[in-house]
Amino acid sequence: MSEPKATILSADEIRRALTRIAHEIVERNKGAENLALIGVHTRGIPLAERLAAKLSELEGVEVPGGMLDITLYRDDLSEVARQPIIRETQVPFDLANRRVILVDDVLYTGRTVRAALDALIDLGRPEGIQLAVLVDRGHRELPIRADYVGKNLPTAKHEVVKVKLQETDGTDIVELYDLEALK
Amino acid sequence: MTAGPRPRHLLDFQDWTPERLNALLDNAETMLQVLDRPVKKVPALQGLTVCTAFFENSTRTRTSFELAARRMSADVVSFAAGSSSVSKGESLRDTIEVLTAYKVDAYVVRHHAAGAAHLVAKYSGKPVINAGDGRRAHPTQALLDAFTVRQEYGDLSGKKVTIIGDVRHSRVARSNAELLPKLGAEVVLCGPATLLPEGLAALPGVTLTTDPRQAVKGAHAVMALRLQQERMNGGYLASLQEYADTYQVNEGLMQHAESGAIVLHPGPMNRDLEISSEAADGPRSRILKQVENGQAVRMSVLYHLLVGRDQA
Repeated sequence: MSEPKATILSADEIRRALTRIAHEIVERNKGAENLALIGVHTRGIPLAERLAAKLSELEGVEVPGGMLDITLYRDDLSEVARQPIIRETQVPFDLANRRVILVDDVLYTGRTVRAALDALIDLGRPEGIQLAVLVDRGHRELPIRADYVGKNLPTAKHEVVKVKLQETDGTDIVELYDLEALK
Repeated sequence: MTAGPRPRHLLDFQDWTPERLNALLDNAETMLQVLDRPVKKVPALQGLTVCTAFFENSTRTRTSFELAARRMSADVVSFAAGSSSVSKGESLRDTIEVLTAYKVDAYVVRHHAAGAAHLVAKYSGKPVINAGDGRRAHPTQALLDAFTVRQEYGDLSGKKVTIIGDVRHSRVARSNAELLPKLGAEVVLCGPATLLPEGLAALPGVTLTTDPRQAVKGAHAVMALRLQQERMNGGYLASLQEYADTYQVNEGLMQHAESGAIVLHPGPMNRDLEISSEAADGPRSRILKQVENGQAVRMSVLYHLLVGRDQA
């Protein structure tokens, strides 16, 4: 694996960003009642779990969590080079009358979020859906925006933002690579 | 991935590695969850057209495939033809060429002639799922059987599956004998000698016996095959009663299997002939589960054949 061009967020910065997002969620929703956190595979899931822990610290309520796999909702299934592996979708609570906060690591074209919105709405009718991401790197191809952003990062299309998390990668860091260097 | 090149068709299991078969069964679990949701549909195959071409009657298998395709958001066109006396190769070819001109993206084929699905694959140039060709193969039935056993025991390796009945005329038995050992299970085929072709014993992981008690000993799942009554005319059996007395899957026979052993049947059943009503409706029965699982497994097969460009 080649060297990253830059470190975008350190472990401490990731922790602080998530703490700030948790505060923003509480402020905007006037508490944490009737919220649910749903992480998008793969790295949205640990991020959602961390946010849930912070919300329960702040407000003393348990916020239910879930995981969403968007494979069957992708708009490029007929073109993808390799067949994607379908992972588990688990939303073990009723979405009705809940505000769902969808959590993902990087917001880029917006296509994953579009698919996630469709997948979520097929599971039920939440009162509302908000979006939290650790990094917004720009280059949207759809009219989608995040409600909570850990770090806004202007990037070029030939760059790759890599989020590594303790739970999935054994370390907490966000790095920027050149696409060419990764090949 | 170690699963090897992706097969373009599901005609039998020849090109399918155990890794890929397990991935297919894993994805069928997800499909089963989709079927449990308020919206039992995903957009994965939007814009694609699946043709069910049935040259032999089958309401169940066809319904299962059509629902599976619709639940994946594919459009479905169904073509049904009774068997005709015209030269079969030619008429099949013409039919498929016409359907292909309608922009069909994949075929599900059932035909009384072995190898028909291979021909459709050749004529159409599109992915083909064999939904039963003569006595040769019925791979999605075997996949749903494997899935049902796996659902019960978590894993197929080291499991013993006994299949009892008219093995000779059964594509279900043949496909199971090909598939289950690939997934680590042992298969015992059992029936009267006239209905038990010895050649099948050459398959790895497959044994034959005419003794039903010995066949079910240690079995985790026991499948009764449909006894096609028209076979009687062929002189394969002395009488139906005699067959039922010896080979019927009933609680008495199941007492000789593993204690929690399950009962399977590919349907449609001749109640109280190859299977007792008690066994078909009792706590061991997974016959309706098989039907439910069939839909999920077929969704997964469609996904594996139609999604992604990495085709062989």
